[in-house]
Amino acid sequence: MRNKLRSFLTTLGMIFGVGAVIATVAIGEGARSAVEAAFASMGTNLLVVLPGTTTSGGVRGGSGTQPTLTWDDLKAIRTELPSVRYAVAVLRSGSQVISEDANWTTQVQGTEPDFFEIRNWPMLMGTRFTQSDVDAGTKVVVLGATVADKLFGPNANPVGQVVRIRNIPFQVVAVAGRKGQSPFGQDYDDAVFIPLTTYMAKVQGGLQKFIAGQILITGVTAARAETDVTALLRDRHNLKGGDDDFSIRNLAEVASAQEESSRTVSLLLAIVAGVSLLVGGIGIMNIMLVSVTERTREIGTRMAIGARGMDILMQFLVEAVTLATLGGLLGIAFGVLTARWMTSLFHWPVLFRADVILVSVVFSALVGVAFGLYPAQKASRLDPIEALRFE
Amino acid sequence: MAPLIALEDVAKTYRMGDVEVRALRGVSLSIEKGEFVAIMGQSGSGKSTLMNVIGCLDRPTAGRYWLDRLEVSALSRDQLAGIRNRTLGFVFQSFNLLSRTSALENVELPLLYAGIGRQQRHAQARASLERVGLGDRMDHTPSQLSGGQQQRVAIARALVNGPRVVLADEPTGNLDSRTSIEVMALFQELGRSGITVVLVTHEPDVSTYAGRVVVLKDGRLQSDRRQNPAPAILPPGEEAA
Repeated sequence: MRNKLRSFLTTLGMIFGVGAVIATVAIGEGARSAVEAAFASMGTNLLVVLPGTTTSGGVRGGSGTQPTLTWDDLKAIRTELPSVRYAVAVLRSGSQVISEDANWTTQVQGTEPDFFEIRNWPMLMGTRFTQSDVDAGTKVVVLGATVADKLFGPNANPVGQVVRIRNIPFQVVAVAGRKGQSPFGQDYDDAVFIPLTTYMAKVQGGLQKFIAGQILITGVTAARAETDVTALLRDRHNLKGGDDDFSIRNLAEVASAQEESSRTVSLLLAIVAGVSLLVGGIGIMNIMLVSVTERTREIGTRMAIGARGMDILMQFLVEAVTLATLGGLLGIAFGVLTARWMTSLFHWPVLFRADVILVSVVFSALVGVAFGLYPAQKASRLDPIEALRFE
Repeated sequence: MAPLIALEDVAKTYRMGDVEVRALRGVSLSIEKGEFVAIMGQSGSGKSTLMNVIGCLDRPTAGRYWLDRLEVSALSRDQLAGIRNRTLGFVFQSFNLLSRTSALENVELPLLYAGIGRQQRHAQARASLERVGLGDRMDHTPSQLSGGQQQRVAIARALVNGPRVVLADEPTGNLDSRTSIEVMALFQELGRSGITVVLVTHEPDVSTYAGRVVVLKDGRLQSDRRQNPAPAILPPGEEAA
C-alpha cells in the first residue's frame, strides 16, 4: 500500500488477467450474437428436405440428383403431421431479370406465401403475393432488396413496376426486407420470388409429378418434426432399411454445432483467464509475504499495544483484497479499452456483459482473499517478542 | 491491599536449538501502584525477559504472575492482547511509531484496537498528546519530529488508554542526555499521578531518577533497593526543546 509503484506492479498480473477475461468474453459474445442473429435470419426450427440420393449401377448420386419428392409427399407432410407448422416447396433456377433500363442475373424462386412465414421475412414495401395468386398463377413478383437496388437503384420504390423474367412481364408487388448474408456468406437478398404455380408454368415449363426443388419445413420443434417427416417419407416411399432417397438438413443442429464450437473457444479462454488470475494471485501473495517480513516490527508494535491476532489478520487481508480488487477494476478498464480497440481495428462485434464484469470484480476480491490469507495468517501468528526484536 | 504487580518464583526457559537458556530462574517481586521502578542488569541478565513477562508479551514457564489481582500466566493470546491494550502501555527504545502516519493517528492506534469510536479516539489522542506537550505537533509524521518528540509521541500512545502500568524498554537509548532528562521528567510525573512505571535500562545515570532500583544477575534478583529519586530538571541555562 505504501509503495505505489510496487503496488501497481503487483497488481499488473490481476490487471492483465481480468483484462484478458473482459476483452475475450466481449469479443466471444459479440461473435456469438452475430452468429445467432445470422441463424435467426434463416428461420428458427427450420428443416430442409432435399430429394436425392439414388443408386444406379453401384454409383450413388448426391442429394438432389434425382427428383424423389412428390407433391403428394408435400401434401401429406402438411396434413398428416401435427409437429409440422409450415411446409412449402421452393423451386429455383438462375435467370435474368430485366427492368426498363437495367438487367440483373439472379435466382428466381417459385414458392408459396408460407415461405415468408418460415423465413420470418417481412416486406420492406408493398404486399407479398397471396395464396390466391398461387391458385390463379398470376404473374407477380417479390424482389429481394439487392435485386431491387440493381434494377431500380437504391431507395427507389419499384412496387407497381414491371420486370421481365424469361421475357414474360411480371408486376412487382413487394420488395422483401433486407436479410443480409447467410452464415455461409450467401446473399439472401439476391433473389426474386414468384408464385409456385407461375414458376412451374412459365419458368420450369409444365407441371411435373416430382418436386424439382426442396421442401422447407418449420416444426413445432425441429427435432420432433425431423423424426416425423423422416418416418412419413420412409413409409410413403416404401423404404425398409437401406438408404433413404431423401435427406433432411436440420439447421438448428448446424446452429448448435456452431454454438458448441464457440462454447469450446469460451472454455479455452476461461482456462487462460483462470491461469492468468492464478499468476496474478501468486504475485499478490508474493508481495504480501514481502510486506509482512518488512513490517515485522510494525506487527510486533501493534501486538504490543493490544492488536489481537484477528486484527493483524484482517489488516493484511484487507490490504490483499484491496490490491486484488483494484487490480480487477483496472483490469476491467483495460479489457474494455482493448476490446474497443479490437473493434476499431478489425471491426469485430463486441458485447459487454454486466454480469461478467460483476463476476470479475467479485472474483478479483476472492483471489485477494485466497492469496492474501496465508501471508495474513503468517503475520497474525508472529510472536510479538520476536517481531519487536526483528531488525 | 494487594500489590499491582506480583511475581512469585517466576522462571522462563527458552530453547535455542539444542541449548536451554534459563533466562529467569525464580524471580519474586512486588510493585505497588505509582512506583517508578528501574530494572537494571548486564545484557543476558534476564531483564528483558522479565520486562516481557511483566508486559504480558511472554508467559512464564514456571511460577505465577498477578497483574492488578488477575492471574495472567494462564491467559490466552487474545486475552493477553486485551490486557496489553487496556492495562499496559509500552515505550520502546526505537520509538516504534508507524512512519508516514501522523502523530495523532499513531496515538489513536491502541484505541482503535479497543474498539472505540472515531470521535472519542480523536478527543482522547489529542488530550494525550497535549499531556506530553505535543499539542501543536499532532499532524506531523515521525520523520518530521525530533527523537525526543518521537519518544513523547510514543509515551502519549502508551498513555492514551489510561493504563495502570507503563513499561519502558531503554527509552532513552536513542536520545541525547538533555532529551533523556525530559523523558525522565515525564515518567516521574506519571508516577505522581498514580501510574506505575517500570523501566529497563543499563545506564546507571537513568536509574537515579527512579524511586526503586532492581538489579538482575543471571536470571535472579541481585538487589532491590529504594532510593530518593534525583529530580529530572534540566541544568540551568538550557531550555526545553
